[in-house]
Amino acid sequence: MGVGIEVINLNAWYGTNHTLQDINLNIPANHATALIGPSGCGKSTFVRCLNRMHETNPIARVTGTVRFGDLDIYEDAKPVEIRRRVGMVFQRPNPFPTMSIYDNVAAGLKLNGYSNRRALDEIVEKSLRNSALWDEVKDDLKKKSGASLSGGQQQRLCIARALAVDPEALLMDEPASALDPVSTSKIEDLIFQLKSQYTIVIVTHNMQQAARVAEKTGFFLNGRMVEFDSTHKIFTNPSDKRTEDYITGRFG
Amino acid sequence: MPTEHKLRARIRTGIDGAATGLAVLSTLLVVAPLVAIFAYLLYKGASSLSWAFFTDIPKPVGEAGGGMANAIAGSGILLAIGSLIGVPVGIGGGIFLAEYGRGTKLANAVRFTADVLNGVPSIVMGIAVYSLIVVPQRHFSAFSGGVALGIMMIPTVCRTTEEMLLMVPHAVREAALALGVPNWRSVLAITVKTASPGIITGCMLAFARVAGETAPLIFTAFGNMGWSSNLNEPIAALPLQIYVYAISPYDEWHRLAWAGALVLIVLIVAAVSLVRYVTSRGVLKGAS
Repeated sequence: MGVGIEVINLNAWYGTNHTLQDINLNIPANHATALIGPSGCGKSTFVRCLNRMHETNPIARVTGTVRFGDLDIYEDAKPVEIRRRVGMVFQRPNPFPTMSIYDNVAAGLKLNGYSNRRALDEIVEKSLRNSALWDEVKDDLKKKSGASLSGGQQQRLCIARALAVDPEALLMDEPASALDPVSTSKIEDLIFQLKSQYTIVIVTHNMQQAARVAEKTGFFLNGRMVEFDSTHKIFTNPSDKRTEDYITGRFG
Repeated sequence: MPTEHKLRARIRTGIDGAATGLAVLSTLLVVAPLVAIFAYLLYKGASSLSWAFFTDIPKPVGEAGGGMANAIAGSGILLAIGSLIGVPVGIGGGIFLAEYGRGTKLANAVRFTADVLNGVPSIVMGIAVYSLIVVPQRHFSAFSGGVALGIMMIPTVCRTTEEMLLMVPHAVREAALALGVPNWRSVLAITVKTASPGIITGCMLAFARVAGETAPLIFTAFGNMGWSSNLNEPIAALPLQIYVYAISPYDEWHRLAWAGALVLIVLIVAAVSLVRYVTSRGVLKGAS
């Protein structure tokens, strides 16, 4: 089951660049939350703070609190533990090029020392079914490389890979922006199904996409969160003038 | 206008043809020396090759026949010791440069040292190992020869490993880290594995280069006219044997030197091809 994420006074820097300023919000469990805003507004940095991927960049720095359920992710846990519980899907599909489809999905478990063959088979199948890829690849699991799939299939493979480690939340950083419309709609359908089991945060440039998949939407601008509310309210009756200007296409 | 159009098209085609011709010519110039050397070796050496060449040890001057079996085995032992030292140290250094030391002073120093080491004449490497190992031990040895070859392999292996690791896309590393894989494990199981075809090529390059080295062995392995598998004793090596035979005044030995040179080249090509074949099996469809 998903776990909610509570963010309190989060600030982030890249070197001297203050990319996130005083972010406060509550991401509800088992729902999809969309983050929108113009390029460079800090959405991607924000989601990377939620699984501590931010700090893989040596010049990055974070202050503030992120609570994942009862866990303070910056105080109570190591980054590897957080990243196992909060999965991530990136903008560009990034399967491991030398691994088979099967090994790509099993990678997170295998690399963490999990070796029960039969259980692995089951998890791989379940994850590929959950990411709606199973029927397309079930005959080539160990024969074909993950890199031999189409872009849309690769992205669903990456989702399966993230699901295989059984996370409680899934962060998606523009997961469909490199894909064609058909693959995009498959990913969106997927998000719709997955949110019953996982807490989903999706960064997107596509406002229709946010409206289609998310119950809650946050609008980011210049490193600050301008408004956070139900998606319906954000798109029909935003409280802030800047949100309205953005969603009506006046800038960004 | 149409005529001018045609003229331009003809000029373009002409330039294209000329460029292709130049490329083909360059290719031939690159391949020609190799083919010429190999053909000349075949011409000079093949007639002296016999079964005895691979099974017998050298005979005293004046006696006909004799082979280089001990030198072939000796080269194998020396290269094995060299690879045992050069490959792990080189790959380890490359991993440090690409994954851990990026931008640090230590990494810059290591990289600079590797580049300088690559340019050190092989005879100097022989003298260095001579004074470090042979002199204190007071005897020549297979071990010291292997160490000299190993040290010569390190810079090539190290720098190719670094280059190959840096070519692995950042997105692939991120994918592993985002799964909660510890950094060291991600480096070994993902980054190094993804770069492994290139790293293996680097190792083969270093191997082939030192396989033909003579100078560093003169002061270390020394050479041996008989069988020896003791790492503490002087040992024969193909390049050394070829060298000794080639500068001797005997026609019989000259013929054996040609045969030895042919065998050396064939063995290097065979070893490189074998490694390529073994490591390319099991590659998946569509993997880059």
